[in-house]
Amino acid sequence: MEDQNKLIKEVTQRDYRFGFVSDIETDTIVKGLNEEVIRIISAKKDEPEFMLEFRLKAYRRWLTMKMPEWAQIKMPVIDYQEIIYYAAPTQQAKYESLNEVDPELLRTFEKLGIPLEEQKMLSGVAVDAVIDSVSVKTTFKETLAERGIIFCSFSDAVKHHPDLIQKYLGMAVPYNDNYFAALNSAVFSDGSFVYIPKGTRCPMELSTYFRINAKNTGQFERTLIIADDDSYVSYLEGCTAPMRDENQLHAAIVEIIAMDRAEVKYSTVQNWYPGDKNGKGGIFNFVTKRGICKGVSSKICWNQVETGSAITWKYPSCVLMGDNSIAEFNSVALTNNYQQADTGTKMIHIGKNTKSTIVSKGISAGHSSNSYRGLVRVAPKAENARNYSQCDSLLLGDTCGAHTFPYIEVGNSSSIIEHEATTSKIGEDQIFYCNQRGISTEDAIGMIVNGYAREVINKLPMEFAVEAQKLLQISLEGSVG
Amino acid sequence: MLVIKDLYAKVEGKDILKGINLTVNAGEVHAIMGPNGSGKSTLANVLAGHTNFEVTHGSITFNGKDIFDMSPDIRAKEGLFLSFQYPVEIPGVSMVNFLKTAVNEHRKYRNEKELTAGDFLKLMREKKAMVQIDSQLTNRSVNEGFSGGEKKKNEIFQMAMLEPTLAILDETDSGLDIDALRIVSNGVNMLKTKDNATILVTHYQRLLDYIVPDFVHVLYEGRIVKSAGKELAIEIEEKGYDWIKKELGE
Repeated sequence: MEDQNKLIKEVTQRDYRFGFVSDIETDTIVKGLNEEVIRIISAKKDEPEFMLEFRLKAYRRWLTMKMPEWAQIKMPVIDYQEIIYYAAPTQQAKYESLNEVDPELLRTFEKLGIPLEEQKMLSGVAVDAVIDSVSVKTTFKETLAERGIIFCSFSDAVKHHPDLIQKYLGMAVPYNDNYFAALNSAVFSDGSFVYIPKGTRCPMELSTYFRINAKNTGQFERTLIIADDDSYVSYLEGCTAPMRDENQLHAAIVEIIAMDRAEVKYSTVQNWYPGDKNGKGGIFNFVTKRGICKGVSSKICWNQVETGSAITWKYPSCVLMGDNSIAEFNSVALTNNYQQADTGTKMIHIGKNTKSTIVSKGISAGHSSNSYRGLVRVAPKAENARNYSQCDSLLLGDTCGAHTFPYIEVGNSSSIIEHEATTSKIGEDQIFYCNQRGISTEDAIGMIVNGYAREVINKLPMEFAVEAQKLLQISLEGSVG
Repeated sequence: MLVIKDLYAKVEGKDILKGINLTVNAGEVHAIMGPNGSGKSTLANVLAGHTNFEVTHGSITFNGKDIFDMSPDIRAKEGLFLSFQYPVEIPGVSMVNFLKTAVNEHRKYRNEKELTAGDFLKLMREKKAMVQIDSQLTNRSVNEGFSGGEKKKNEIFQMAMLEPTLAILDETDSGLDIDALRIVSNGVNMLKTKDNATILVTHYQRLLDYIVPDFVHVLYEGRIVKSAGKELAIEIEEKGYDWIKKELGE
């Protein structure tokens, strides 16, 4: 037992493996937040008038709002005047070939394993890499363009497709939705934009890799995905950030709109720097993600593996408006050391015969706190709505906590709602069994936890599933009680 | 191969083993019998290194090395295999992945190259045929939803994959119907060579009809009170353990 505890300590206190800082020249503006700063951001990005108005409206609203306090997290007060709201690599022009790209930047990508090099493009992943807010290089754009698919940075979309932006921006997440959504709407710097035309199946996984590099910068990116009638797209989002002692704020927005019979699959592997083993530093991750199943028989699926961030506050949600629409939320959230996660989903059933499924697997180790918070709401008109929720918690050690906060509001008596929850500990007997077959305790725990999360990991696209598995192994193998 | 000297061990503060002495040589099959609570399973678990069992006195050497210097996974890689009485389920972990990891950990320990996926699957097919395990079982998660008999067969299959020098079968016969018993015993017999050894821990003589032991030991109240050839097992089957207790003056 003592040996095991020692090992748990050793392994769970392992250092963050992505904590390198890239030495890239960045163009930043002075820290602090006021209308002037918002005008500068908008001007730097050469935005049309409607964008500036959107930002200012959001900012003014934000000033009247308060930081939400209902989450199961403890955190210091954020000083929004200490944050730099815009940081971009100085070489702003888009590159014709990779040779022109700052080699330091390429090395960063290499460490992150982003397939930017030509040969790796064959692997079929189109990458829109976002470093400190400005999209650096978008691959595959042309191949996609042939099919009428638009996949570009948010700024490009504002420039080249203002009509689409104007129509859909804020449709799923209104600027006044919540405190962090308002903040993002005011200061967001860049992000990704996807439009899949009618009847088109996107031939490859689209992928964005976010990374917070510069010091004291908050990252406020914004993603908008529109899937028109009878289309399909699978979108991947990966995140890492360098190691820094101070906390960095990340407040993103993702909006998805699925029209008639369209299907969108959105997968996230989130590995922001979680802080050190004493809880110093780390990313504060406050994200608003929402999809609208707008059309009939549309489908939105959120898959996420969350291992990073000092604080995670995130509830990828779906509004099931179209009749017969389907929504899924599959999540693995792992917390270790002093990490805190309050995460879950909201499923709002409005259309008839709508169906949602929630599978949430929480894993807590060290002194961490891991909460599931989920809402299932059935509107009075949502005949025959159906929801199944399964919330499992796995505890490693006896100093961590797991909490479940399910909210169920049913306004139509024809609906069927199921909720199952379990809490378990990794069994010593399971570990011993692995040991007896020659597998070390460390590897055994990684294996058992991956098995526990299998159901969700299997939903991820292949490349992501492998990465997710490795991340789970790195982040929590060895943590047993 | 295995030398146990004056071994004392306790579980949750209670003395279970009280001076075990046993030597097992290569090529031998030993049966350890005894009434419930005599310490049979404790002995098996102490050998495998389960941390719930505390050794308070004595020594065990395995292939000349002090076994107490080795963690359970090292003992396994040194060639000690325990077929569990109650194999645990590990949901979500596929048998293939589990065994591939186990086999390759053994190979790494011996400085051998890890098996490729193709070679591994080939090996698995061979061994499956050898121990007559249902192909379906290896497509599932480790022991998950297996019947009692399937779990035991799966243990023998793993033993075939790992080719231990010393196999300890803890009540492998319990819960098996006669067909399963035959399959499991066949497997064990087929894996027997002059270089490895087997310790059978069992309640009943039935298993020993199929796997013929060279030695039979009776464990009673934490000590080996009687050792003899296979005829001892038959005598126990006929008369129970009472006569041994009487011999001991109880």
